[in-house]
Amino acid sequence: MTKKIGLLGLQGCLEPHAAKFAACGAETAKVLEPGQLSGLDALVIPGGESSTMLRAASSEMWQALVLFAAHKSVWGVCAGSILMAREVRNPQQRSLGLLDMVIERNAYGAQNESFAAELAVAIEPAHRATYLFIRAPRIIETGDAQVMAEHKGIPVMVRNGRHLATTFHPELTEDLAIHRWFLANCASD
Amino acid sequence: MTEERRQLNVGLARQLCNGVIMDVTNVEEAKIAEEAGACAVMALERVPSDIRKEGGVARMSDPEMITRIKEAVSIPVMAKCRIGHFAEAQVLQALGIDFIDESEVLTPADDDNHVDKTLFDAPFVCGATNLGEALRRISEGACLIRTKGEAGTGNVVEGVRHMRTIVQEIKKLTQMDSAELYAAAKNLQAPLHLVQYVAEHGKLPVPNFAAGGVATPADASLLRQIGAESVFVGSGIFRSSDPPGFARAIVEATIYYNDPAKVMEASRNLGEAMPSLTMESIPAAERLAGRGW
Repeated sequence: MTKKIGLLGLQGCLEPHAAKFAACGAETAKVLEPGQLSGLDALVIPGGESSTMLRAASSEMWQALVLFAAHKSVWGVCAGSILMAREVRNPQQRSLGLLDMVIERNAYGAQNESFAAELAVAIEPAHRATYLFIRAPRIIETGDAQVMAEHKGIPVMVRNGRHLATTFHPELTEDLAIHRWFLANCASD
Repeated sequence: MTEERRQLNVGLARQLCNGVIMDVTNVEEAKIAEEAGACAVMALERVPSDIRKEGGVARMSDPEMITRIKEAVSIPVMAKCRIGHFAEAQVLQALGIDFIDESEVLTPADDDNHVDKTLFDAPFVCGATNLGEALRRISEGACLIRTKGEAGTGNVVEGVRHMRTIVQEIKKLTQMDSAELYAAAKNLQAPLHLVQYVAEHGKLPVPNFAAGGVATPADASLLRQIGAESVFVGSGIFRSSDPPGFARAIVEATIYYNDPAKVMEASRNLGEAMPSLTMESIPAAERLAGRGW
């Protein structure tokens, strides 16, 4: 059956994710209201500005996200990974605590420090591709979370049970592997 | 700008989608903007309505003032250089700014040439009034397009005109067969490969935002509904009677632009919008949208 992936629409980069999932044969739907989470197989919290998304999320939406994540997979990209962390630094801010990691905002610097890097991604089959890091956050501690890719010894793709975080942007380059992996591995219980 | 840098820069522009970029003139305003949910701020010394009122030559802002704003917020910071003033752009790049706006709001420095943005690593946003202009800026290296509108007027009519024009011209290209695109490129005065890209994809190769004259939550909703992926707000926030209230309300209306009940709530009891001008009251020579080509 065709999977349906929600894209949290509070701010940020939605359209390229929709195109990637469509290319993988999945449907997507923009999520702005708690009710729009029902019937989804998984949710992507896209890149953008985490502070903007925090302020745009109503308390009802926040609760609905926590409830959704208790049973279904969530993938946070860049700003989305910040929202998923257990703890956020620089500045400290609220987060959903879906992944056992501490993350630091803007840790690589401003846009002139943004970069592309080839990563070895621990998915089956083993995968290498070049990905974009844009004003990326840095994962500075992982507890129980499993590191799936590193850049210069720093985790950049982390999995904790059904949830996934990438501090880079698989939606912005040609490669479909991570979207395909997420579709195959997003789970509910 | 290498191809990799271009991808990173257009990528940053895509992260700014579904958001509001606010003009701020000091640290306090920058913090109000961030607190209200702005996805970026534009640091400048005078908002467009003040530039319009005070007259004189409007230039790039003091790097010290831009640096203080960069240090005060966690969101991306943009700053403006004059059209064609590549030395100002070099200064802004040296400052490590996240985005440079080559802006008609400042007094143009070169009547003939825009900045060759392909020579820079920093991303540029440029204004456009129609598709040809947008594609010329993209061919020069712009990574983000915004409408010009008529800045500092609190009058959305020009922004709407520019967005409508760009969207209509894109639609027309998608209806043409391949032979017609050569003449279309000639008529648009735009590079053929970009015209072919737009015809094939039905959109620009970079995001398309709205700017110019946004004064209310409903203005933001209107521009989103006719095709803007994000909204720049200049004087509309900090020349209103309640800047934090207007900032929050315009962010709300930008996110929920398709939900009239939400836009209604955002509009309720907001207070006075910025002082405004009709287009008829502005002599042709004082209109900013005609600057650049």
